Amino acid sequence: MVVIEQPALALPRKRIRWGEQLVHLLLFIAAAISVLTTLGIVLSLLMPAIDFFREVSPWEFFTGTTWAPLFLDAHFGVVPLVVGTFVISFWSALVAFPLGVGVAIYLSEYARPRTSAVLKPVLEILAAIPTVVLGYFALTFVTPFLRDIGLSVEIFNVLSASLVLGIMLIPTVATLSEDAMAAVPRDLRDGGYALGADKLQVSTRIVVPAAISGIIAAFVLAFSRAVGETMIVLIAAGQLAQITFDPRETIETMTAFIGATGNGDVPTGSIEYKTIFAVGLTLFLITLVMNLVSIRLVRKYREIYE
Amino acid sequence: MTSVELQQETTRRSRAWKNRLFLGVMLFSMFVAFGTLAVLLVDTIVTGWPAISWQILSSLPSSVPGEAGARPAILATLYLGLIVLVLSVPIGVLTAIYLEEYANRSRWWNKLIEVNIQNLAAVPSIVYGILGLAFIVRGIGVGRVVFAGGLILTLVVLPTVVVASREAIRSVPDSIRQGAFALGATKWQVVWRQVLPAAIPGMATGSILALSRAVGETAPLLMVGAVVYVPFNPTLFGQYTALPVQIYNWTKQPDAEFQTLAAAGAIVLLVIVLSMNAVAIFLRNRYRRQW
Repeated sequence: MVVIEQPALALPRKRIRWGEQLVHLLLFIAAAISVLTTLGIVLSLLMPAIDFFREVSPWEFFTGTTWAPLFLDAHFGVVPLVVGTFVISFWSALVAFPLGVGVAIYLSEYARPRTSAVLKPVLEILAAIPTVVLGYFALTFVTPFLRDIGLSVEIFNVLSASLVLGIMLIPTVATLSEDAMAAVPRDLRDGGYALGADKLQVSTRIVVPAAISGIIAAFVLAFSRAVGETMIVLIAAGQLAQITFDPRETIETMTAFIGATGNGDVPTGSIEYKTIFAVGLTLFLITLVMNLVSIRLVRKYREIYE
Repeated sequence: MTSVELQQETTRRSRAWKNRLFLGVMLFSMFVAFGTLAVLLVDTIVTGWPAISWQILSSLPSSVPGEAGARPAILATLYLGLIVLVLSVPIGVLTAIYLEEYANRSRWWNKLIEVNIQNLAAVPSIVYGILGLAFIVRGIGVGRVVFAGGLILTLVVLPTVVVASREAIRSVPDSIRQGAFALGATKWQVVWRQVLPAAIPGMATGSILALSRAVGETAPLLMVGAVVYVPFNPTLFGQYTALPVQIYNWTKQPDAEFQTLAAAGAIVLLVIVLSMNAVAIFLRNRYRRQW
């Protein structure tokens, strides 16, 4: 960004250029579209959700442990969906965090520049695979594979969805962590080597601690993406809202419920229609908190070394 | 060997082992990521290959797997991509120019716009689908049409375009701007004639990557896409099923032949998405400039 200082001399008064002003205004309007988008999201979630909470008490919604909105004897306890979401996210984090950091350390500290120039685009390709394809892969390849190795998983199960989701998140974790590690000044590494540390010690005791806020930001963002992922869990983890911590069983996540219900032809104004928004609002708030934490952490490590 | 030397030797060996073990763990990480990618590609191609024929590109969907194709879905996906391209690139680039060249960062509204875009980039795509369902499909009342899908996908990928364009603009060195200012150019002249041309390769790369994401995106289209199957070519304000949604619908069918069709659809989708990625990576490598 260029900042033009006004000269101290008394020059003739600046002519106002209307064209330039107009451009500035147009650019501002374009930038404001993103704020309007957020406003639109909040409004579109909030208004039907308020309607929903007139019919179902927030207490029942947030503490109820039975989710059966479409039954005659309807129950609107969102806890099974939230638990399902976090169970999936937990297992996929267990896959994505260590493997993502492993890939990041390798690319940042070990691989030769030419090697990482080849490997990084491959990582991008992994990140570019459409999630519907990943879901299909989880259902038709990973689940039968798990059964072949002797795990008695249901057809729709947490484990195969989480494995594929976790692997999908490796590029997210790896790319952001590697950015943070690349921002660690060379001097710190050289200092370590000068004291007789080997590569392992420099990597794990100097680079990783120095980049830790960036790595945690990557974790938080990846977790937020796991919470918000729809297609893999909808296809491979199923749609049975139950509270279970057994990864071999079928569950339902918030996103899967929204996707499956929104895809049907629910009449506007019905209670089913409004549940989409109540669950959507819950999902939006959970991811919002995580995203803001992640944004703050990234800012922190950038401030330290830049 | 003295006891000190012996101790040193032991330390050296255990260090060497730890280093080897660590390298092994890292290579394992790489192996899982890339191995899965390879297995996924091979498995999809092997499963879907029997159904890859002219028929999947040219036929209408059908309840008989032997006759089913994905022509309307493929066409709808192309239309969606076109809408996203036409809308997201100008808005995204203008936003990036505003944030990088014009915005005064100490103002609260500019900070708000920045944080807002960072957050939007991580909002689950299904939430955008809810926005589309509430405002465009039901609110304005246009229904589940191609245009509504295109609009929503534009909003989904807009933050990606903005972030990539900002990086491209930021990498143009200040000396170029200052040179132009010194010659008496106005701010817009500097941006339009100097900064933008220099930033085009980076913007193009980011836009293509965003577009490829939009093309493969499924979740929001569940909310704003057709409910029933669509046996006709899509129009801008007509019902449609995009290719990823078509794949999802085939996946849901219990019949094994539909699974083959799903894999075949996945091959078509992967070809579209991955060739876009290849173009983007090529552009980035070809036009990478050191200032």
